[in-house]
Amino acid sequence: MAETMTVNGSEHPIPDDPRVTLLDFLRHDLRLSGTKKGCDHGQCGACTVIVNGIRINSCLTLAAMHDGDHVTTIEGLGTPDAPSDLQRAFVEHDGYQCGYCTPGQICSATAMLEEIANGWPSDASNDLEGPVEPSGEEIRERMSGNLCRCGAYANIVAAIRDVAGEPKT
Amino acid sequence: MSAHLKQDKPDTANRLDQMKQGTIGQPITRVEGLAKVTGTAPYAAEYPVEGCVEGVLATATITRGQVVSVDRDSVMDMPGVIAVIEDPRMTTRAAQGTANEAPQQSPRTVCYWGQPVALVVAETFEQARDAAKHLRVEYREESDAPVDPQVVDAEEQEDETVRQGDLARAMSAAENAVDVTYTTKGHASAAMEPHAAIAQWDGRQLTVHASLQMLNYNITELADALDMEEDQVRIISRFVGGGFGSKLGLSEETVAAAIAAMELSRPVRVVLSRQQVFQCIMRRSETTQRLQLAADGEGRLAGFGHKALVSNLPGESFAEPVLQSSHFLYAAENRELMLEVARIHRMTAGSVRAPGEAVGMPTLEGAMDILAERAGIDPVELRLRNIPEEDPEEGLPFSSHKLAECLRQGADAFGWDAGPRKPRMTREGEWWIGTGMASAARVHNVGEAKARVTIKPDGTGLVETDMTDIGTGTYTILAQIAGEMLGLDPAQILVDLGDTQHPRGSGSGGSWGAASTGSAVYVACQALREEIANRVGIEETALDLADGRVIGGQTLVDLLGGKELAREGHYEPGAIAEDYTASGFGAFFAEVRVNHFTGETRVNRMLGAFGFGRVLNHKTARSQCLGGITWSIGAALTEALEFDPRTGHLVNCDLAEYHVPVHRDVPDVDVIMVEERDPVASPLQAKGIGELGMCGGAAAIGNAVYNACGARLFDYPMTPDRVLAAMPD
Repeated sequence: MAETMTVNGSEHPIPDDPRVTLLDFLRHDLRLSGTKKGCDHGQCGACTVIVNGIRINSCLTLAAMHDGDHVTTIEGLGTPDAPSDLQRAFVEHDGYQCGYCTPGQICSATAMLEEIANGWPSDASNDLEGPVEPSGEEIRERMSGNLCRCGAYANIVAAIRDVAGEPKT
Repeated sequence: MSAHLKQDKPDTANRLDQMKQGTIGQPITRVEGLAKVTGTAPYAAEYPVEGCVEGVLATATITRGQVVSVDRDSVMDMPGVIAVIEDPRMTTRAAQGTANEAPQQSPRTVCYWGQPVALVVAETFEQARDAAKHLRVEYREESDAPVDPQVVDAEEQEDETVRQGDLARAMSAAENAVDVTYTTKGHASAAMEPHAAIAQWDGRQLTVHASLQMLNYNITELADALDMEEDQVRIISRFVGGGFGSKLGLSEETVAAAIAAMELSRPVRVVLSRQQVFQCIMRRSETTQRLQLAADGEGRLAGFGHKALVSNLPGESFAEPVLQSSHFLYAAENRELMLEVARIHRMTAGSVRAPGEAVGMPTLEGAMDILAERAGIDPVELRLRNIPEEDPEEGLPFSSHKLAECLRQGADAFGWDAGPRKPRMTREGEWWIGTGMASAARVHNVGEAKARVTIKPDGTGLVETDMTDIGTGTYTILAQIAGEMLGLDPAQILVDLGDTQHPRGSGSGGSWGAASTGSAVYVACQALREEIANRVGIEETALDLADGRVIGGQTLVDLLGGKELAREGHYEPGAIAEDYTASGFGAFFAEVRVNHFTGETRVNRMLGAFGFGRVLNHKTARSQCLGGITWSIGAALTEALEFDPRTGHLVNCDLAEYHVPVHRDVPDVDVIMVEERDPVASPLQAKGIGELGMCGGAAAIGNAVYNACGARLFDYPMTPDRVLAAMPD
């Protein structure tokens, strides 16, 4: 049976060339260029996507390793007509400048808020057990794998806190 | 029809303040925001082009010498390989900003380690990358290429030299004197989007999607490199994933992609790897700087000396303009300034955000902190006492000058304690806590720019120029300028940028885009207003427009009668540039904590107060300030290019080894924008803001490190090892 992965709800065959990274598969083969290549070495986070609910750097993994996996990219989180809460908050708080790291920041933040909701501790947590508050320091620590060279960090954190502070429906 | 304004005198009319739409300055969200947050904004490498093949550059592994042979056979049999492009027109360095001619070509001559020598083209990226790695290149290396700026004889940049009065005498007569030498390491722009190009050739016309900041210059540079006419070339850069100087000039991938596309008659994409961006685009030069301050008992400067040594490749015109703001920031009768360049074979040195002040201001403001301590004067008060009435070298008036207001408002908002200062007054556990401040200054520039503004028959607006938006907010502020002048909601105005088929804007660089291209839009709108006033039968100055109509009169739709109305605006800096000294000013305040045992410094909070003329959009302007302050943190604490002392090659050429600030390095930051109208800066009364936020901020942090723990450092960045070495027991 052919190997496939599901991206934003659609099924796609795994590419033949085993060297193709998940990032290049998304950007080139599927033309989902919202996922960005900033360093190709897992150092900048611009290529962050959500695989089976977990955020990863898509440049550090090969497409061939994702048979049967479910991948969500920035295009799967929202559209200009129907943006997600985080996408809307990034616009409102000017949580970007050039926009190149932005899809990675938003994919990362989307999964990161789940990690907080699930009580995963971080270096900024006071306690390894128990609930985690989405404080500024927690968010900064957990988002430190997503570089922004324009220096929009303060606004990115404000955007994420805005969404994290809203009651879950 | 075209309207022209050459600004020969101050514009005190403040026309924007008399308009009625009420959008200028408002913190509206970016017009392209949803495209960016949903990943639908296309960057250079992302245009869907059928049949596009992939090119990867092969780069030199020697410092200086000749390529003897490029062995095509070593890769032509590899799967998917289409061609090895080796062409004397290929460029080997990025052009300097506003060069307007091709940069260095002839890739067979190697001048630095990492220089591009050939392009390998294959059907897929993976194939091209593999082949480029296997391409055999034979070199004839010239030994002993100098790579250390300290061991060669430096060239004096004579037009930077100032000698007024007698500094030596002022120093020996001074009640309080400071004579210190600083070093700063090199910096990389490290824009998040690597340099990229897709080139298409239809036999007559070359079209390139590229990631460049200044298309008006880049088209000339590209045509010159390819020996073509400009009308055969089109460059498109609608979204640019950060520039910070690294995309001012035409870069190597664009020329290589163009040559390959023309040779192969197929579209070719070339994207630099992150390592290549670091190694073959631009570095900010390392510097060595001597600061001499001679002050009386009240801290008033009688003598001022600033000498700097920077480096670049032989033949490069650019010398990091370290002294740029030192020429006018503080009054002192006896002055000596000198800039020297060491010619070495490291990669090209060029513009990185705020060239000059980014490294000149942190050293000057560090020395000022030492002077404040020696004279027993509060550091804010010391700066206030030394603000000159006029440019101390040229005798020119300042266009407008808000340093004092920035110092006072910033100190007030930060809660600055003007009482006696001593290091090591506050300790929390392992951490020493302290505060520091510094002045900010960044020269204001403007450039020639053109833009076309059209009012469509349906009453919507269109702004067209080849100006770029590199994240600064250009799309939004141009819509606000046109909206304010024409009485339109900015949402009703389409701003079409980044295409050389449009009128030539100024390009983005040197913080001049908003004031320059914004003024071209303003000039076009002024001409449109005159035509509308004419149709209404009133004077233009009596014309009040808002929400798509003459207030109390006809709608624009009715006035246009089914026909569009267009004007091209042409703005040129005039004689005024010779008559005034124009600069943005500001003040930084920082609180840091320094670990007594590890030497680690963390910024607890930071505030910047800035005066840069009219604020065109409070949201995007604030973001520019935040960005600059973030860069200040990097320059103060972590950013340093490291070069191999044997080959001069850049060792830490990626984002794991070159440490830009990350989320957790940047605390809550406050920004104050001091109200100002600068009649000289532009007819918008606006000055540049993209760079001011990092011109001195590193010193506020460095001075806070001293105040916290007593470690006085003279080398940026202030990494933990250096802090520990300077830490008193």
